[in-house]
Amino acid sequence: MTETVDPPPGTLAPAANARGDRPLSQGRTDVWRHPATVRITHWLNVIAVVVLLMSGLNILAAHPHLYWGIRSTFADPWLSTPTVPDWLLIPQGRNLAEARNWHFLFAWIFVVNGLVYLAFGLFSGRFGKRIWPTGRDLRGFWPSLKEHARFHFPTDDHARAYNVIQKLTYAAMVLVVLPLMLVTGLSMSPGFNAVGGILLEIMGGRQSARTLHFIAAGLIVGFIVIHVGLVIWTGFFNNMRAMITGWFVIQPPGSTAGPKLRRRRDEGDEA
Amino acid sequence: MNRRRWLTGALATAAASFLAACGEGSWRLSEQARRMGEGLTRRAQRLLVPREALAPTYSRVEISPDFRANGSIDPAASDYLALKADGFAGYRLVVDGLVERPLSLSLEDLRTRPAQSQITKHDCVEGWTSIGEWTGVRLETLLDEAGLKPEARYIVFHCFDTLDQREDGERYYESIDLIDARHPQTILAWAMNGETLPVPHGAPLRLRVERQLGYKHAKYIRRIEAVESFAHIGRGKGGYWEDRGYEWYAGI
Repeated sequence: MTETVDPPPGTLAPAANARGDRPLSQGRTDVWRHPATVRITHWLNVIAVVVLLMSGLNILAAHPHLYWGIRSTFADPWLSTPTVPDWLLIPQGRNLAEARNWHFLFAWIFVVNGLVYLAFGLFSGRFGKRIWPTGRDLRGFWPSLKEHARFHFPTDDHARAYNVIQKLTYAAMVLVVLPLMLVTGLSMSPGFNAVGGILLEIMGGRQSARTLHFIAAGLIVGFIVIHVGLVIWTGFFNNMRAMITGWFVIQPPGSTAGPKLRRRRDEGDEA
Repeated sequence: MNRRRWLTGALATAAASFLAACGEGSWRLSEQARRMGEGLTRRAQRLLVPREALAPTYSRVEISPDFRANGSIDPAASDYLALKADGFAGYRLVVDGLVERPLSLSLEDLRTRPAQSQITKHDCVEGWTSIGEWTGVRLETLLDEAGLKPEARYIVFHCFDTLDQREDGERYYESIDLIDARHPQTILAWAMNGETLPVPHGAPLRLRVERQLGYKHAKYIRRIEAVESFAHIGRGKGGYWEDRGYEWYAGI
């Protein structure tokens, strides 16, 4: 048992914390987790990404074949995607013109919102503190992976900070996958190609850009499935409350979500 | 029995009008979305992309052996068929509207003007890309010859083809602003891959406006008109596909 005086590594120092802990009954603690900017940009991003994915599927349906390189090799596509049910599309039913209208409007919302989030995260230092993994985090990668594989997640003080897999995943999404979405999308724009020809060459041509756009979209869908799954698994109401109000409940020491396959070997610290 | 039939009918009518209203609403909403998104994109691209910035060009070995012909590929209008029958010998390109000196040019007239070739990619709104070599005369050359009046703001391309292949169908048309009209890669092409422009790709004359999507590249052009506004042409949105919900600014 630890008397957690010092927050576990990776947690915001109290000084940088916008608000201090609020003790609750039965040894639980309300901790301040998400500032307003993060919460607002998160939900705007949810809306934008959902509209972009659904309208993007509709756009893909206009020519459901993907190629690598600078041009389409019609007789020999790399991948032909199956027909998608109408309810997954925006608008509901195939309509390239309207799908493009939605896609490009929400692309603007996605980009502006993403820039606000990134600027806030980087300039406030929160990104470095909460998401960028430390060397110590990285050394704990395998133990953390094993815990994940067992669907075993702490809900006590260890839940104050993101674990290393969470950190790596969020960093990859925010710094790689979502920007890749923007860059590959822009590279399909013949207007932008006139100034961004270099990007087009780096990607290997417009059809490669389109295929990478699709792959990145697939990664986002994969992320959403796992992210939402774990949000539910590790305490749906607590997680939702945190992303809506900013406050997150920490359970008394030793608490975990998921099957208690084994007691934590060392209850005081991360393995 | 009667009551049940009435009820079924009423419910069906209600459902139908609800769906119609939804469809109408979704159409109007997407119209709003387009106005906002297109406005942002057009302004941003016009701001960030210099007027003269060139679309990427490719080498001869990169030319598509399977360049796709899309939209109209064999117009059925009687005036077009008559011209096609004698190899477009009787073809005249009319340049008029807000110009000082209207032009009427044969294909020979166009071919004797300074020609330019470019190997570029053709990006269809559907998502595919083909690469081809285009040869033709710069649009700017013709516009300067005709002398644009100061109030001219858009160049409209009137075409022979109707997508429904009916004699009285709505003919294809397109429009671009003067930035694109005067762009160094904007040409009226009479040849493709070193050969006379084939019918599926717009014979005898098509537009190449390389920084925009395929539907802006009007094929089967019969008349070029300089206008102050395109509100009175077609359904007023500046092009055949624009009238059907697509963006007028097709740079993305």
